[in-house]
Amino acid sequence: MSWAYAIASFPALPLADGFGQTLVFKDFLGLPAAPWWAKLAWDLAIIAGVFGGMLSVIAMFCIWWERKVAGHMQCRFGPNRVGPIGILQSVADGLKLMLKEDLLPRDADKWMFRFAPYVAFTPVFAAYMVLPFGPEFVFERRLAVGVFYILAVLSVEIMGVIMAGWASNNKWAIYGAMREACQMVSYEIPLGISIIVAVMAAGTLNMVDLGNLQGGGIHTWLIFRNPFTFAAFFAYFVASLASNKRAPFDLPESESELVAGFHTEYSGLRFSFFFFAEYAAMFVVGGIQATLFLGAWNDPFGIIGYFHAKFADNHHDIQLLVLNAVASGIFVTKAMAIIFVQMWLRWTLPRPRIDQVLYACVKVLLPLSCCLLLGASLWGLLVGSRPGVPWVDYQPFSWSDWQMTPVALATQVILTLIGLAGLTGIVLWVGYAAVTGRNLKQRLTDPADIIPHAA
Amino acid sequence: MTNALLAISDEQLATNVLFYALAAGVALSALAVVLSRNIVRTALFLLFTLGGVAGVYFMLNAEFLAAVQLVVYAGGTLILIVFAVMLTSKSPFIRFDPKAIEVVVAAIAGAIMLVALLAGIISTHGPVGTPGAIVRQPLDWGTSQYPVADLGQALLGDYLLPFELASVLLLVVMIGAAFLAKGRRRRAAGEEKA
Repeated sequence: MSWAYAIASFPALPLADGFGQTLVFKDFLGLPAAPWWAKLAWDLAIIAGVFGGMLSVIAMFCIWWERKVAGHMQCRFGPNRVGPIGILQSVADGLKLMLKEDLLPRDADKWMFRFAPYVAFTPVFAAYMVLPFGPEFVFERRLAVGVFYILAVLSVEIMGVIMAGWASNNKWAIYGAMREACQMVSYEIPLGISIIVAVMAAGTLNMVDLGNLQGGGIHTWLIFRNPFTFAAFFAYFVASLASNKRAPFDLPESESELVAGFHTEYSGLRFSFFFFAEYAAMFVVGGIQATLFLGAWNDPFGIIGYFHAKFADNHHDIQLLVLNAVASGIFVTKAMAIIFVQMWLRWTLPRPRIDQVLYACVKVLLPLSCCLLLGASLWGLLVGSRPGVPWVDYQPFSWSDWQMTPVALATQVILTLIGLAGLTGIVLWVGYAAVTGRNLKQRLTDPADIIPHAA
Repeated sequence: MTNALLAISDEQLATNVLFYALAAGVALSALAVVLSRNIVRTALFLLFTLGGVAGVYFMLNAEFLAAVQLVVYAGGTLILIVFAVMLTSKSPFIRFDPKAIEVVVAAIAGAIMLVALLAGIISTHGPVGTPGAIVRQPLDWGTSQYPVADLGQALLGDYLLPFELASVLLLVVMIGAAFLAKGRRRRAAGEEKA
C-alpha cells in the first residue's frame, strides 16, 4: 500500500508501484531507491500518459465510428480515404485542428474564453479513474463512493460549457450555455435516482464490487436482478443521453437554430477539447451503464467470474493479467455497444424543443424514476434479494446461488429470458431492415420510383 | 527510506507536498474570488476553491464528503449562481463596485473570522501539527466496512429525525417556489386578458 493511492493505484499493471520504478531508478540510473519526488513525478507521468493515451484513442475511435455510422445510415460510406476504411480520419482531423488558427473574438472575456475548454475536459479525464476495465485493471479500485464520484466530477463539466458560452459574448453561444445549464441540472436527478435503483440491488457503490457481484452468469447481472432495475436501465439510458447532451437532446449545440451552440466561437485545438470531452464522456456514461446494469467485465456465462475467484486467492499474476485483458475487451465491447445505440438514436430521431425536453424530464422521467426507487426498496424489503458478498455468493453454478428466495431467482430467470428475447428481436428486426433496405437503395436508382407519377 | 531531517517517511512527505499544493491552490483562488470584480469570473474561481477543498477531503479519506462537495456546491449551487447572473444581468460583463464602507466592514468580519479559526486550529489537539499525519489509510477492501454504508445506516437510524426534518423543510421550500412561480404566471395571464 503506498501513498500513490491518494491519486491513483495500479494494482495489477506491471508499471505500478514497484516494478517500473525499480526498472528505471535502480537498473538504468543506478540509484539505490527512488527519491519521493521522483516517485511522485513517475506516478503523475504514468497517469498523464496512460489516461491521456487511453482517452484519446477511445475518443478518436468514437469520432471515426460516429461518422461511419452516420454515413451508412444515410446511404453514404462515411470517411474512407485516410487509412484502411478511413480509420485514420480522426488523426488527420486532429492534425488539421492543431494547425488551425486559434481565433479569439475581440469582445470576448479572453481569459475565461481560453480557460473554459480545460474546465470542460478535465472532469471527464478524472472520471476514467474508477472505470473498471477489469477486476484489477482499475486505477483506483478501492474508492468506496465509485459511481457517485463519477457523477460528482461529471457535474463539474457543465461549468466549463457555461463558461465557454458566457465568455464568447455571442448570443448563440449564451443560448446554448443556458440550455445546457437547465437541461443538465434537471436531468441529473433522474440519472442519479436510476443509478440508486441499481445500487440498492447491489448494496455497494464501489465499481469493482459492482462488477464482482455480477460475475455469476447473465442472470446475476443487475439489469435482471428485479423488475425495477430492468426499467431503471432504460430510464438511465434516456437520462444519460440528455445529461451528455447527445441527440435527440443536443439542444446546447443544435446546429439548425444556434449555429453551433456554446462552441460557436471556438476553433482549432480549443474546439477539439470540447469535441474530445463529449466523446470521452459518452464512453464514461456507457461504461457506467455497463458496470451498473450489464455485468461490467463479466461474460454471460460467468466464466470470468469463476476464474477470477480461482486466481485472485493465489499468486497467479500471469493468469490474472490475461484474465484482465480479456475482461477489458468485454467491458469495452459492452460500452461500445451502448455508444452505438446512442449514435443510432442520434441519426434517427428529430430534436425536440427545449420545453419538451424539460417536460420529459420533470413530468415523465422524474416521477417514473421515483416510482422505480420506491418499488426497488419495497422489493428489497419483501422479496429480499440480498446483495451478497463478492466471490462467495455469486460463484457461477454453485449451490449457494440457490440460497436466495425462490421468487428472486424466478424473477431473475424470467427477466433474463425477456431481455434476451428483446435483444434477439431487435437484432432480427434490424437485420431484416438492413436486407430490405439494400433492395430499397437499388430501387431508388430508378427515377420512376422516386417520383411515382413522373413516368 | 525516511527523510532524516523531518523523520517522516516518503509517503508522508509526498502527501504533505500534495496537501500544500492543494491548499495553496484553494487559498489563491479564494483570494481571487474576493478580489475579482467580474461576477462570472468570481464564480469560476469559486469552482477552483470548492474543487480544491474536495481534493483535500479526498486526501483525508472523506470520499463521500468530497463527492457531495462537488455535486452540491460545484455542480449545483455554483450553476444556480451563474444562471441567476445570466438571467438578470443587463450588461454582458457586470462588475462589482463595492463602496468604501462595505470594504471596511468586510475586512473587519474577515479578520474576526481569521482570528477565531486560528485560535481554534492552535488549540486543537490530535493529528494536527504532526507532519504527515494525514496519510491516507488503506481501507479494508472487499468487506462491507464502507464509510458510505455506515453513513447511510446512521442517517436512517440514529439521526432519522433530523434527516426527515431536513427533507420536509426542502419539500416545503420546493412547494413554496412552485406556488410563487405559478401565481406569478397566473397573474401575468390575467393581465393579458384584461
